[in-house]
Amino acid sequence: MTTDRNTIAARLAEVGYVADRDIATALWLMDLLKRPLLLEGEAGVGKTEVGKALAQIHGCELIRLQCYEGLDQNAALYEWNYQRQLLAIKAREASGEDAARIEAHIFSEDYLLERPLLAAIRRDKAPVLLIDEVDRADEEFEAFLLELLSDFQVTIPELGTVKATTIPRVVLTSNGTRELSDALRRRCLYHYVEFPDVDREARIILARLPHIHHALAHEIARVVHAIRKEELRKVPGVAETLDWAASLLGLNVQHLGDDPETIHATLICLLKTQEDRARVTPEVVARLIDFGHKDASQSLRVAGSV
Amino acid sequence: MNAARAPIAELDHGAPVRRVAGFMRLLRTNGFRVGLGETRDASVIMASAIGLSPRRLREAFKALCCSTHSDWERFDQLFDSYFLGRGVKRAVRMTGASRDNRKPARRLGEAGSPEKNSPADRIESDAGQSVGSPADGPARRMSASPAEATQAKDLRRIVVPEEVALANALAQRLARSMRARLTRRERVRAKGRRLDLRRTIHSSVAKGGEPLDLVWRRRKPKPLRLVVLLDASGSMEPYTPFFIRFMHGVVDAFREAEAFLFHTRLVHIAAALRDRNVTRAIERLSLMAQGIGGGTRIGESLADFNTWHARRVIHSRTCVMIMSDGFDTGAPGVLAREMRRLRKRCKRIVWLNPMIGWRDYEPSARGMSEALPYVDLFAPAHNLESLAALEPYLARI
Repeated sequence: MTTDRNTIAARLAEVGYVADRDIATALWLMDLLKRPLLLEGEAGVGKTEVGKALAQIHGCELIRLQCYEGLDQNAALYEWNYQRQLLAIKAREASGEDAARIEAHIFSEDYLLERPLLAAIRRDKAPVLLIDEVDRADEEFEAFLLELLSDFQVTIPELGTVKATTIPRVVLTSNGTRELSDALRRRCLYHYVEFPDVDREARIILARLPHIHHALAHEIARVVHAIRKEELRKVPGVAETLDWAASLLGLNVQHLGDDPETIHATLICLLKTQEDRARVTPEVVARLIDFGHKDASQSLRVAGSV
Repeated sequence: MNAARAPIAELDHGAPVRRVAGFMRLLRTNGFRVGLGETRDASVIMASAIGLSPRRLREAFKALCCSTHSDWERFDQLFDSYFLGRGVKRAVRMTGASRDNRKPARRLGEAGSPEKNSPADRIESDAGQSVGSPADGPARRMSASPAEATQAKDLRRIVVPEEVALANALAQRLARSMRARLTRRERVRAKGRRLDLRRTIHSSVAKGGEPLDLVWRRRKPKPLRLVVLLDASGSMEPYTPFFIRFMHGVVDAFREAEAFLFHTRLVHIAAALRDRNVTRAIERLSLMAQGIGGGTRIGESLADFNTWHARRVIHSRTCVMIMSDGFDTGAPGVLAREMRRLRKRCKRIVWLNPMIGWRDYEPSARGMSEALPYVDLFAPAHNLESLAALEPYLARI
């Protein structure tokens, strides 16, 4: 079942994901070429959201595997339910059942605990498998993942080989805390997610907070855009923008220029380190808001002259 | 589409597949990691509905052929030059040059190990032996490979582009070998101190519930984290590009590394250094580090570091590496106080001073003498050899 690119772009808009220009093509290629998609980009640009949106547009389940250091096969692939197995052994001991039969019984599907990777290949309808922050897992796990992604089959010693009933759509995200191997990169399609531009960010705010005033959304997007250009230790992501917009909405702020002190106080939604807080003083905020206005009026004038 | 201007000579208008193959070859010569699988998939894309729209085709090929952020950024230019015949010559040559930076690094990394026989005590003995000292020179040059010749040179003299690339590659390889040594130490042994109950039960299931095979567990050691602080003041200027390349190698290769640069203030540069393209990383840095080459306030910069960053970047197995000549123009006493604070936090402090490479150098500068009591290792860093000699020391931490 291959949906063409424009349908995907249209459905992305339907599910409320405000896409950047070429992500639809990448999502379409995933189906055409049956390759996983690797998303890179700064923290907070909305990489995980792409996986969620993909599940929505195909109307399928999202299976998420959050990676962390020391993630192993037991947590990612499958595990036997030891407690139940032991109980079963004890319960059958008295009945004097044949040892081989007990073994066959306790190593059957009933005692198998599915973890995300195994679950993803045993669904009736192909799910979206989101492998989040793959760079946090160690190299050994990456190698194992590579094997799974090329064969889509898993060998469980006690049970035999489990072949994929459906091939899941795989989305990997990485924050670049560790360099990924070339092999994994080559296996995947690649998309670099940038911070949204002012217009797109405003549309995102409007999509998520339908009650917000149109002009305020644009104002917020412009200021956040300007803040990102400041020399900060932690650049605010899209989620932070939404938090900020929500808090301004809650405080009934109509225009950012109205009450600089309140605005400065609400910046805790955007600036998450003490250092950054100290750097963005009320004066800086005022400058950023002013600058945003000038920018806006300029672009309006340009639009008018054209 | 203007095929005549495309760089592949035997290009055929009527054969999209050959055209795609030609494009893949262009990508490969520009350092993209594309193989036959990508060529095949590109042909599939070309044959699909998208093949008719150049813009869509570019988006699709971009997703397929890029594998890093730096690929991502220069792809459009290459695509346009090949398929649309725009800005051909310059684009191709420019990117070709940046590829040269990367290639030697990989080739050198594969060829044998660096100087393995450099023991830790070499660090001290190396101190007297300065830049290409005549006594040492000839014997070395007769047997040594070109790579080794660069190793013994004073870093200030590395100016030829090839040698820069080589120095860079050596720095990266050094960082890699440090990491390799360290992670090998982490291997879990068969015997541990505590029982792993879960796994023991698992193995006991096969024995009918009797725990005959015991599985042991042992605490996993933390990997070493390296925090590098580079002095980028005027007096260090000749060495700065080299050290930045070395830091780039370190950040790239160590699982956990942080990098800072200071002159009159402190700048966090690890993020800029994560850019794999060395040339661009350095460009980004020079933008961030405006004011480079002025005076040095080591004490104040360290105070900044202690106040804002130390809590986050330093853990129990952190080695702090300061690269500076110790000429401090700040108020006296501050440096000593801040070194004491730093000392309390971290496991080891290494101070690399390029001036030790000079003959008759004594650490008499006030800053240096204030800092010395808190330094675990005071070593020269005027050439690659002296850096390589640090390896066993770091592996022991």
